Amino acid sequence: MSVIQVNQLTKTYNETMVPVTALDHVNLSFARGEFTAIVGPSGCGKTTLLNMLGGLDKPSAGHVMIEGQDIAVMEGGALVDFRLHNIGFIFQSYNLIPVLTVKENVEFIMDLQNKPRAESDARVSYLLDAMGIADKINLRPKYLSGGQQQRVAVARALASKPKFILADEPTANLDSKSTETLLELMANLNEKEQVTFIFSTHDQRVIDKAHRIIVLEDGRVISDTAQTKSA
Amino acid sequence: MKQFIKLAWRNLWRNRRRTLLTLASVFMAVVLSIAIRSLQLGVYANMIGNSVRFSTGYLQIHAKGYWEDQTINNAFLANAGLDSLLVQDPDIALSVPRLESFALASSGQHTKGIAVSGIDPAKEDAMNGLAGKLIQGQYFESGSDQGVLMGDMLARYLQLEMGDTLVLLGQGYHGATAAGQFRVRGIFHFPIEQINGSIVYLALPDAQALFGAPDMLSSMSLMPRGSAFAENTRRQLESSLGDTWEVLPWQTMNKSLVQEIQGDNAGGIIMLGILYVVVAFGVFSTVLMMAMERKKEFAVMVAIGMKRWKLALIVLLETFFIGVLGVVLGGVLIYPLLYQLHEHPIKLTGTVAETYHQMGMEPIMPASLDPQIIITQGLTVLLIAFLSATYPIWYIQRFSVPETIKS
Ligand SMILES: Nc1ncnc2c1ncn2[C@@H]1O[C@H](COP(=O)(O)OP(=O)(O)O)[C@@H](O)[C@H]1O
Ligand SMILES: [Mg+2]
Repeated sequence: MSVIQVNQLTKTYNETMVPVTALDHVNLSFARGEFTAIVGPSGCGKTTLLNMLGGLDKPSAGHVMIEGQDIAVMEGGALVDFRLHNIGFIFQSYNLIPVLTVKENVEFIMDLQNKPRAESDARVSYLLDAMGIADKINLRPKYLSGGQQQRVAVARALASKPKFILADEPTANLDSKSTETLLELMANLNEKEQVTFIFSTHDQRVIDKAHRIIVLEDGRVISDTAQTKSA
Repeated sequence: MKQFIKLAWRNLWRNRRRTLLTLASVFMAVVLSIAIRSLQLGVYANMIGNSVRFSTGYLQIHAKGYWEDQTINNAFLANAGLDSLLVQDPDIALSVPRLESFALASSGQHTKGIAVSGIDPAKEDAMNGLAGKLIQGQYFESGSDQGVLMGDMLARYLQLEMGDTLVLLGQGYHGATAAGQFRVRGIFHFPIEQINGSIVYLALPDAQALFGAPDMLSSMSLMPRGSAFAENTRRQLESSLGDTWEVLPWQTMNKSLVQEIQGDNAGGIIMLGILYVVVAFGVFSTVLMMAMERKKEFAVMVAIGMKRWKLALIVLLETFFIGVLGVVLGGVLIYPLLYQLHEHPIKLTGTVAETYHQMGMEPIMPASLDPQIIITQGLTVLLIAFLSATYPIWYIQRFSVPETIKS
């Protein structure tokens, strides 16, 4: 059964002199536990697509159904709450909260959800362990390397067991070593927790790790292929 | 909530220096505004106290209509009922009877129109320390045939000295002629120059005899136990006395003092206003910068599931911390200083002191300890802090998440 169902999704930016159609009647569906890369040259619409999937922006036309709910018609607080309980986000530039420690950053969403302390404590140590940064637990983000910060961000996104995780070019700011580690850790948790990962990238090494590759060009899906796990 | 408080508090110290500077400006504003206000209101209270002590008291009781038509014919008969009512009132510290009218004062060569005040020596002295103002002679004792007390200025004008005779000539109760001779028993000097040249004091029985109004009074001046009478006290008194009486506050009887204070007060409030504007800019710019340099962080928080109003609450808490810290520190530190200035008022010297003397006031600047001042100034500064948060809060409600994350 699919977690996300995208129908005739179209996004036209009208603020510009010449309207730009960033997504053009896109149809896609994502199943539970997928590990999918959205690829394509800069400007093809990757960020726009992820923003629509995450309910961060409104489509011009079409639907984004998440387990049967159309988030394209949700508004304001309800939409924020929906994201809080269903979607995890990883950003290109980590975007951890600088005044919070690693532990507090990972807890952040669980705190917003009013999860019991014992539960979130256990989850935090499990995730930081899995991400190999348990020793950094009480540090503030600025004392961590970029790769380490992004691992905290992955832990934060996973913390409340969302239905799926969206990552817009998560490795764009990382060196190849950190990229590889991060991808391995992400793939690992994807398997363990059966959480859907959708990430955009134009890094070939990242593409190689994906189980499914969706290629966008000028806002249209030009190919959508499965890829057997490389050894 | 704990999460928000933690975030707000830590955000506050991200730029330690800026926050400390802002706190310092709030602190200074609180200290200055409280100090300015306290001294200003202290001086007014002093002015009022000085003024009413030598004139009407804070409240004055008359037969109805006396204040509009101040003639001896509107005097009333002293009575035990009134006395006991006033003694029983817990707000009244002192009630001082007088019989006041006008007369021509003559020494033979010179004549001058003056006010004649028949007084109860002990009570009058308790009210304004009249006995202590004598520079020559003796204060009244009880009883009649006491002679007259006059100001040094009047004595000079009439060319009278101690032991000389002053003739008073005027109209008595209900048209009777009032005429009498009085030995100069004492000469006083008040800080209030008008009094020195325009009033003579007689013992109450002597004045009553002069004006042919035995046992009659024109007024009863009241002094409060606290620093002033509440309007409610006045109204209660008036209603329990009944409608043949009037109980007037000093503000009604001394309109020029009210106006003088109002004028000066307006100036003070403008000064405070300027101070507030300066502080408001400081707090506003800090709060604004604190918010604007975190735009992206805001967007990320909203993206991952924090409602905008919660974000706004955090910003409001940050402002609240700045405001409260500044106000509390300012209030706590200024209080001992004010207390000191209350107990040992600043003594004015030079021309300022001279002016005070001419206006009949002691040349001091006592500080008022009225807690209302600290509360009002503190709340005003807090309000300014909160107002400073309105722009960031408005921004938080409106910004676009995808646009801001991209930036
Ligand atoms: N806010 C916007 N206003 C106008 N045009 C935009 C906006 N955001 C993106 N675009 C345009 O939409 C197209 C797709 O952009 P984007 O989704 O960011 O691509 P990608 O992430 O693949 O680089 C581009 O042509 C871009 O210029
Ligand atoms: Mg992009």
